[in-house]
Amino acid sequence: MMEVVVWISFIILCLALVVTFIRLVLGPTLPDRVVMLELMALLTMAFIGVYTIKSGHSAFLDVALVLALTAFLAAVGFARYLEKGGHRDDD
Amino acid sequence: MTIETLDTWLAAAPAWIAAGLLLTGALFMLLAGLGALRMPDLLMRMHATTKAGALGSGLIMIAVAVHFGETGVTARALAATLFIMLTSPVAAHVLARAGYFTGVPMWSKIVRDELKGKYDEDTHTLASPQRYRQKPVTDDGKTPDDGAG
Repeated sequence: MMEVVVWISFIILCLALVVTFIRLVLGPTLPDRVVMLELMALLTMAFIGVYTIKSGHSAFLDVALVLALTAFLAAVGFARYLEKGGHRDDD
Repeated sequence: MTIETLDTWLAAAPAWIAAGLLLTGALFMLLAGLGALRMPDLLMRMHATTKAGALGSGLIMIAVAVHFGETGVTARALAATLFIMLTSPVAAHVLARAGYFTGVPMWSKIVRDELKGKYDEDTHTLASPQRYRQKPVTDDGKTPDDGAG
């Protein structure tokens, strides 16, 4: 049973990743794309979680933790770049 | 029901719970992606992705903890969940703030922008009208009349 559920979860997550990627390409502004990259990092974490169950090696969880850390730092850095005089949409 | 069937049910319970959590989490992630695709402006997209995304990946992490049932794995999975729950509101806040101040267009059918005029456009600090600010209190407990009201 677990094998089937894992594959169904993989398929659903793939669909979510495709949908997110469409919005990442469409934009239309830079903050939209940053938000989509943030969501993609969360989706990759979910992928790693499902793959941890599939493979049975719990060491993959550490990768998910580090990914969450770097995604948060990237989001904060991007927001700071946008707000402190980076790319602007209003001029 | 005999004790043996109860025992087999209880032995199978973690697998069922993990499967349910896994499917629910994956469906919430799909919901976050669909909301990101379909919503009309940045703030509404963040409304979909931040909450549903954090819930979905948290549920999947908890599913991993239930599936393995070991202390080390549970601790790491719960740490990951807690980290998502702590950081995703902060990341959403800074990104929404940056988007608002860099002039990302809102949806055309927005009725009113409550924040408009309450922030300083240049310094991005809260600049509400003078009468909303707390007046300084002097030693005798009375507020001085600064004539700004």
